Amino acid sequence: MGAFLAKRLAQAVVVAFGALTLVFVIVRAVPGDPAKLIVGPDASAGQLESVRSDFGLDDPLWRQYVDHLGGIVRGDLGDSWRLGGSALTNTLERFPATLTLALAALVLTVAIGIPLGMLCARRPGKVLDLVVSTGSLAGQAIPSFWLGIVLILLFARHLDWLPATVDGSPAAVLLPALTLSLPFIGWLARLVRSSALEEGAKDYARTARAKGVPEGTIQYVHVGRNIAIPVVTVLGLLMGNFIANAVIIEVVFSWPGIGSLMVDAITNRDYAVVEAAILTITLSYIVLNLFVDVVYFVIDPRLTPEDA
Amino acid sequence: MPVPDMGGEQRAMPVPDMSGEQRAMPSTAGDGARTTGAERSPAARLRGVHIGFGGRGDELPVVRGVDLDLVPGRVTALVGESGSGKSLTALALMGLLPAGARVGAGSVEIDGRDTAGFTDAQWRRLRGTKVAMVFQDPMAALNPSFTVGWQIAETLRRRRGTGRRAAREQTVELMRTVGIPDAEHKYREYPHEFSGGMRQRAVIAMALTLDPAVLLADEPTTALDVTVQAQILRLLAARQADTGMAMLLVSHDLGVVARVAQDVAVMYAGRIVETGALDDVYTSPAHPYTRGLLDAVPDPARPGRLVPIDGQPPAPGHRPAGCAFAPRCPYATETCRTDDPPLVPLAASRPGPATGQHSVACHHSDRVLARATGTEVPS
Repeated sequence: MGAFLAKRLAQAVVVAFGALTLVFVIVRAVPGDPAKLIVGPDASAGQLESVRSDFGLDDPLWRQYVDHLGGIVRGDLGDSWRLGGSALTNTLERFPATLTLALAALVLTVAIGIPLGMLCARRPGKVLDLVVSTGSLAGQAIPSFWLGIVLILLFARHLDWLPATVDGSPAAVLLPALTLSLPFIGWLARLVRSSALEEGAKDYARTARAKGVPEGTIQYVHVGRNIAIPVVTVLGLLMGNFIANAVIIEVVFSWPGIGSLMVDAITNRDYAVVEAAILTITLSYIVLNLFVDVVYFVIDPRLTPEDA
Repeated sequence: MPVPDMGGEQRAMPVPDMSGEQRAMPSTAGDGARTTGAERSPAARLRGVHIGFGGRGDELPVVRGVDLDLVPGRVTALVGESGSGKSLTALALMGLLPAGARVGAGSVEIDGRDTAGFTDAQWRRLRGTKVAMVFQDPMAALNPSFTVGWQIAETLRRRRGTGRRAAREQTVELMRTVGIPDAEHKYREYPHEFSGGMRQRAVIAMALTLDPAVLLADEPTTALDVTVQAQILRLLAARQADTGMAMLLVSHDLGVVARVAQDVAVMYAGRIVETGALDDVYTSPAHPYTRGLLDAVPDPARPGRLVPIDGQPPAPGHRPAGCAFAPRCPYATETCRTDDPPLVPLAASRPGPATGQHSVACHHSDRVLARATGTEVPS
C-alpha cells in the first residue's frame, strides 16, 4: 500500500507541474497589459515601467517561469495586486465555500441519481427509463449559467422558496448546488442503470434470487457492492468537476468561493491569484483521485495493492 | 424478514392458500406414458411443459412438452446435449427462466401447487424451501464482493429471521456438513480465496440451507477439475440420501448420471425421447439417440470403440417436421421425417418405482432394442 501511494504521489507531482506550466503560458498569452490595469489607464510611461519591474513583468518569460516555480516550491505564489497580501492565502480563504457548494451538489447528485438509476434498471425500456435517458441528455445540453438564472427566477423570484444569493442561511446553498448537480443527476442515473443491468444479469444475482432474496435487496446489496467501483470512480471525478464548474455558478449566485474569486482575478489580470486558484483546483482533483484509488481497496476484496 | 411457514416440518405442513389454485391432479391412467409406482406424491411435477422465447413463449420453442416427476428420495437425471432444453427445464422449476423465456403451455407444479401466474413473492417463498438449485459454475454463482459465510448465512437471516450469531453458527455447521474443512476460518473468506471444489461445496451448502424438498443440480461438476468431480457427486448423493429430498441432476455426462441417479430422462431438441429406470435405459436403450450417447462414452473395457453421433442437433426454430433426431438417425425412415413419435411405454418393460415404465419416443425402438441385444444390425 505504501509503495502504491508513493507511486501515485509521484504521478500527482507530474500532473501538478504540467497544470502549472499550462496555466503560466495561457495566462500570459491572453492579450492585455497587467501593468496598465494596476496603475490605471492614465498612468505615465514611468509609472508603468516601475510597476513592471516591481512585479517582475519586464523579465524574460523563462526567467519569470523559473522564479514562479521556485516560489511555488517555497509555498509562495506571489502577492495579489488587487486584494493585497498573499495570493495563496486569499484563495484558501475562499476555498471552504467552494468545497461546501461542491459537496452539497455531490450529495444531491448521489441522493437522487443512484435511486433513480436503480429504478430504471428494475424496468428497463419502460416510461421512467425513457424519461431519465432523455432528461439526462437535455440536462447535459443546458448551459449551467442559464439554468442557474432560470432556477433563480423560479424558486427565488416567483415561488420565493429559496434565497437566490448568500444570505447567511444554510438554504442558500440549495439553488447553486442544484444548478451544479442537475446536469449530472441523469448522467449518474444512467451509469448506475447500465452497471446495475450488467451486474444484475450475472450468475450471482440469479443465485441470490434462488435463495429467495427480494429484488430490492439484490439490487442494493448484492449488485450494489459490485457496482460501487465504477460509481465511486465517477463520484471522484464529479466532485472535481463540481469544484471546477463552480467557477461559473458562483458568479451567477454571488457565491463567495474560489470560482468567483478566479473570475475576478482573470478580468483584472491578477496572475498570482489566477494561478493560486487553478493550483488549488488541480490539487483537489489530484487528492480526490488518490482518495478514490484508496477506496477501491476498501470496496473490492479481490484487489491487493500489487494490482495497482 | 421472518416467514411464518418455514419450520423444520415445512414439507408436511398444509399450504393454506392453495385450494383455489389447485388443479385436478392428472390421473395417471389418462397420462399415457406414465404410471407412478411410488406411494409418495411427487414434490415437483411437470406436465406437457413448453418453454420458449418471444410472444407467449411460442415464437422460439426450446422445450416442447416435457413431463417429469420428481419424487422424494429419488435422483432423476435429465440428460442431453447443450441446447436440448434441460437447463431451461430446471430453471422453470425455480421460476428463474432467463429474460424473454417463459412457460408457454403445460403446468409446473411444486408441492402440489400449479405455479402458473405465481407472483414474485409467491416464487420467493418456494425457493430455498421447496426447490433449491446448485449451479454449474460456482465461481460465477457466488458474489465476489461478499464472504462465502455471509452468502450462506444470508438465506437463514432473511428467510428464517435467524439472528446474526445463530445464523453464523448454523452456517459454520452447514459448511462442515458439506465437507469444507476449517469452516470457522473459511466463513470469513471471499469466493476468490476458495478452490473450485470448495466453491461448489459452498454453493451446495447454500442450496441446502433451508432443507429443500427438491434439489436441482444443473451440471454441478462440469466446471470442476476431474479430480474433484467425484467428490462433489459423492457429496450430493450423500446429502440426498440423508435428507430424503428429491433431486434432479441435469447433465450431459452419462458417467456422472450413472453414479448418482436412479431414474433417467434423455432430452433431445426440447423433448424427452427416452425415460425410465437408469438400469433399464443404460442396459437396453430403445432410442437411437440414447444408444448413440452410450456408444460415445469411452469404455475402458473396449478401447478404440468410440462412436460419435454425426451431425448437430437442430436449433430451436429449425426443427424438422417429424422426429427431430431423424436427420442424424441411422434408423430413420420416411415415417420419421413426417411424424413426430409420441413417448410411449415399451411393451416389455416393467414399471419402475418412480418414473414408471421405460418409455421411448421412436418409431423404430424395436429395431434399436434388437440391436442392443445383438440380434439385428440396422441396414
